[in-house]
Amino acid sequence: MNQTLSEPAPLSFDEALERFEPVMGFEVHVELNTKTKMFSSAPNAFGDEPNTNVNEVDLGLPGTLPVVNKTAVEYAIKLGLALNCSIAETCRFARKQYFYPDTPKNWQTSQYDEPIAFDGYLDVELDDGEIFRVEIERAHMEEDAGKLTHAGGSGRIQGADYSLVDYNRAGVPLIEIVTKPITGAGERAPEIARAYVTAIRDIVKALGISDARMERGNVRCDANVSLMEKGAGKFGTRSETKNVNSLRAVEHAVHYEIRRHAGILAAGGSIVQETRHWKEDTRTTSSGRPKSDADDYRYFPEPDLLPIVTDQEWIERLRAELPEPPAERRRRLREAWGYSDKEFRDVLAAGLMDQIEETVASGASPAVARKWWMGEISRVANAREVEPAALGVEPATIVELNKLIEEGRINDKIARQVLEHHLDGEGAPSKIVADRGLEVVSDDGALTAAVEKAMAENPDVVEKVAAGKLKAIGALIGPVMKETRGQADAGKVREIVLNKLGIEG
Amino acid sequence: MSEISRADVEHLAKLAHIAMTEAELEKMAGELAVIVDSVKTVQGAAGDDVPATSHPLPLINVFREDVVGEVFTSEQSLSNAPDAEDGRFKVPAILDEE
Repeated sequence: MNQTLSEPAPLSFDEALERFEPVMGFEVHVELNTKTKMFSSAPNAFGDEPNTNVNEVDLGLPGTLPVVNKTAVEYAIKLGLALNCSIAETCRFARKQYFYPDTPKNWQTSQYDEPIAFDGYLDVELDDGEIFRVEIERAHMEEDAGKLTHAGGSGRIQGADYSLVDYNRAGVPLIEIVTKPITGAGERAPEIARAYVTAIRDIVKALGISDARMERGNVRCDANVSLMEKGAGKFGTRSETKNVNSLRAVEHAVHYEIRRHAGILAAGGSIVQETRHWKEDTRTTSSGRPKSDADDYRYFPEPDLLPIVTDQEWIERLRAELPEPPAERRRRLREAWGYSDKEFRDVLAAGLMDQIEETVASGASPAVARKWWMGEISRVANAREVEPAALGVEPATIVELNKLIEEGRINDKIARQVLEHHLDGEGAPSKIVADRGLEVVSDDGALTAAVEKAMAENPDVVEKVAAGKLKAIGALIGPVMKETRGQADAGKVREIVLNKLGIEG
Repeated sequence: MSEISRADVEHLAKLAHIAMTEAELEKMAGELAVIVDSVKTVQGAAGDDVPATSHPLPLINVFREDVVGEVFTSEQSLSNAPDAEDGRFKVPAILDEE
C-alpha cells in the first residue's frame, strides 16, 4: 500500500522490453461444475441464499468425515490429459493450514507434493496463428473457500468493522493449474498471457467440466511476473497479481507489471516479493501483502482421506471421452464457414464461435450468422455494456429475424429495432412485428398518402426532381420514413414520386 | 535430543495465533523436543522397505458418487455461530492478512 507512493514511474513498454526479458508464471483456478462439492454431498450451486448449500463437512464441524467426489477426480484426470500431463499412479490430499475465516476448518484441503497431474504442456495459438508452447508444472485438486463480505467502513477490507461469511462456496471442487516459468515471450508476453488463459478456459469448457464463466469466478488467474536483465539468464524477484478475472485484464496486468518492474529496476531499486491487487479502473496494480511467515502453511498429508490410485484402464477410458481439442475444432469450423482469416479472428476475439456454430446449426448460413453476431448483436451488447454472448439471443431468434427480412416483411433497419424489443422481453420476432405493426408498408394507399404529404411540404424538392435532378428524391424519402415510422420501402417511395411526376424511372 | 529452539516455538505460536509468554516459550521448546524424540522411535521400527503412510488402513480410492444429499437450513448452519447477520457468520475483520 505504502511503497507505491515512492515507487519510480513505470517505463514505457518498449523501453522495458529493450532492457529486460519478462518471465511469467500462471496459477489458474478452475471451479468444476460437479453437482456436489469436493468432499461433501452438499450442492455445488451459485446464487442461492447464504449458508444453505452447506452441511457438517463444509462447516468443518468436529467429528465429520470428508469423502472424495469421484466425478471431480475424473474431471481432474481429463483436464490433466487435455494438458498433456502425466497422471499420477498414486496421489494424496494434504492440509494447507492458515487462519482466515473463509475456511471454517483452519486449513484448505489441497494437494501438495503429490498432484494428480504433472509435467504437461499446452500449445497456445496467438492472434496471428503462431503457436507458443506453455509448459505445465502441475494440476492439482483442492477445494474453494467461502465468500467474505467486508461490512462497515468503506466496504473494503481496510477500515472494515467486521466481515460476514457465506460458506456456500466452501468445498466447491477446484483444479489449480500451475505453469512452469514462461521465458522467451518477449514483447508478446501480455498477448501470450491472454492467449494462455483463453486456451485454458476453452479447454475446460470443451471438456464440460466447468461453466468457465470468468465473470462469475469459475476461472480465476493469478499472474506472476518478473524481469531479468537481457542476457543475464537469472530470474528476478517476482510479483504475484491475484484474481485477474477477465481475459483482457490478464493481458493488461502483465503489461503493467512489466512496465512497473522495469521502472523500479532501471532506477536501481529492487522488487518486493509480494502479492498485488489488480485495479480495473486504472489498469494498474497496487501492493497487497508481502511474502511473510504467514506463507508457512505447514502442509501435511490429510489423514481423513485415502490415497487415489489410478490404473491404465481407468485413464484410457477417460482419455476416450475427451472431446475434439478446441484448437482443432477452430481449424475445422474456419474451413467449414469459409470466413477470411480476419473475419474468423474477429469472431474468436469476440468470443462468439459457439454462438455462430449454434446459429448455423439452427439453419442460418455462416454469413448471416456472422452478420448478426458480429454486427447488430455486438453493437447492442456494447451499448448495454455486456458481452454479446451474455445477451441470451437464441439461434432460433436470428433464423426467424433473417426469414422476416428475406420474405420482405421487414427491412434491415426494422429488424434491428425488433432485436432490441426482443431483448427487452417482448417475445419472438414475428410476434413483435405483429404487435407493433412493424411490417413494411407496401400497400400503396398508406404509402401514397405519405408521399403526397411529403411532396406538398417540399415543393422546392419536387421542382428539382421534375427538372430531372432525380437524386433530389432522397430529400423526400426522409419525411416519408418519418411519416411511416421507418417502415416504407425506399425503392417504392421513389417509384411513386416518379409516377406522380410522370417521369420514367 | 531433537533441536526445537525457542525461535521455532515462537514461529509456530505465531502461525497458530497462540499468545505465549517468554517463560512458556522456553518451557515448550524443551517439552516439544522430548515429544519429537518419542515419536522418532517409530523410525527405528520401520525399515527402509516400508513406505511412508498417511493412513493406518491399507485402503485406496474411497469415493462418493456425485449425488446431492442433505443440507442445512440457514438457521441450522448459523445455530452455533457466535454472531450472525443477514444469514451470514459475523466475524471480526482480519486486517493483517490478505
